[in-house]
Amino acid sequence: MAATATEPKISVIGLVKSFGDKHVLRGIDLEVMPGESVVVVGGSGAGKTVFLKHLIGLLQPDEGHVVVAGVDLTLASPKVALDLRKRFGMSFQEGALFDSMTVFDNIAFPIRRHTTAIPAEVTERVHECLHLVRLADVEDKYPAELSGGMRRRVGFARAIALEPEILLFDEPTTGLDPVNTAAIARVINQLRGELNVTAVTITHDMALAFHIADRIAMIRNGTILALAEPAAFKEIDDSYVQAFLHGEVPEEEGEETL
Amino acid sequence: MIGWLDRFGQVFINAFEELGRFFYIMAQSLEWTLRRPFDFREWLRQMVRVGWDTIPVVFLTCMFTGMVLALQTFRGFERFHAEGFVGSVVALSLTRELAPVLTGLMAAGRVGSAMAAELGSMRVSEQIDALYAMATEPVHFLVVPRVGASILMLPLLTLWGDAVGILGGWLVAVGLFRANSFLYMDRTFQFLEVNDVTSGLIKAAVFGLILSVTGCSKGFYTTGGAEGVGRSTTTAVVLGSLYILISDFFLTKILF
Repeated sequence: MAATATEPKISVIGLVKSFGDKHVLRGIDLEVMPGESVVVVGGSGAGKTVFLKHLIGLLQPDEGHVVVAGVDLTLASPKVALDLRKRFGMSFQEGALFDSMTVFDNIAFPIRRHTTAIPAEVTERVHECLHLVRLADVEDKYPAELSGGMRRRVGFARAIALEPEILLFDEPTTGLDPVNTAAIARVINQLRGELNVTAVTITHDMALAFHIADRIAMIRNGTILALAEPAAFKEIDDSYVQAFLHGEVPEEEGEETL
Repeated sequence: MIGWLDRFGQVFINAFEELGRFFYIMAQSLEWTLRRPFDFREWLRQMVRVGWDTIPVVFLTCMFTGMVLALQTFRGFERFHAEGFVGSVVALSLTRELAPVLTGLMAAGRVGSAMAAELGSMRVSEQIDALYAMATEPVHFLVVPRVGASILMLPLLTLWGDAVGILGGWLVAVGLFRANSFLYMDRTFQFLEVNDVTSGLIKAAVFGLILSVTGCSKGFYTTGGAEGVGRSTTTAVVLGSLYILISDFFLTKILF
């Protein structure tokens, strides 16, 4: 099944997930159109990461469906799901680089694994990816020798190595200084511009969200509290959303979420 | 009373969960062994780490075990003038029992723990998730070469241990007790059958499977950050050694 332009690239329908007696997601519905960038925001422990992991099949929902490019991940066979993941690129919170490999080998990993590219082509592609994330002279270094921001960017480079249709970013700026945060936002926008990918980013960094989002969704208590374009999002008349935007503690906030 | 039953039940649940993971990882790694791509580099790397890097440890362990065996049996056999059989006893006990078990235990401590620590830290730093996200089955890339290398290398290490242990026994007998060198070696091989050696090697291969699957499954299911990695590493060694000793009894019963 090929998704046409009007069909959403990712559809999440009634997603419910619990761990033991902790109800993390209580029915999430979200559609992401091809080429769109949706940023999911929410406080710590709101279930953002759990949500993102469902999109790529790292977690299976208790109830509901996740449909990506016309394939229902909850019903797909392991083989189909594995092949579908080749069309994804995911960047992890701390980069999740293989620390036994150099930067070059990290980025080359998916290329060597899934294509028949000859070494010269692999080298060329790795350099392209590094150039896209504005890194140079790091390919022989090991992840432990890089700064947090650089690791993040190498993670991006690895995620785009196979020219994915869908990019997932897990907290791309957490723990970075403002300069690096701005640089990361620029890189994400640039990647979207040059690769025309569909992107889902989760973050609690509102500045980043306004930078890169076509639409912003806010998760709270396992459901989507608000979903709007950035300009409209700022005007949403909800005390929690407004408190989140301004970095204040909402009045009705219970202690358990603090 | 209920609380006590509750705790008692939990112990059983945990034990079954542990066994379930062990057999799940084992079945998965067997299933993925034959799938492409075959990662030759990773297999080679693991074979070097399991085999080559463990040679010194096995050398020391089996050398001193052979020496102490000769020392003990010599003192004992002297009492009924059977010193001539020391060589046979050393060779038989080493090939059938001590070399495979000691190699297995040393490898569980050296290799099994390293596997648990490595996979565990890959788990907590999301590297295993990253593999999965890159359409690579983590068991295929991480577990299969480790288990395969262990199954292949443990028999070779045991063979090395057999040779070194027999040499140790000979050193003590000839050097310390002035036994006749030629006669000692003659006695060593007089009663030794091919089956003694091969059954020891089969045991070693099974121990390799056990310690690598234990190490990998403990690492694979690590939770709880750096502390969790430490816990996985410790339990991998303890459980790996226990499984080896328990299975040793049943293997001996079947093989002889």
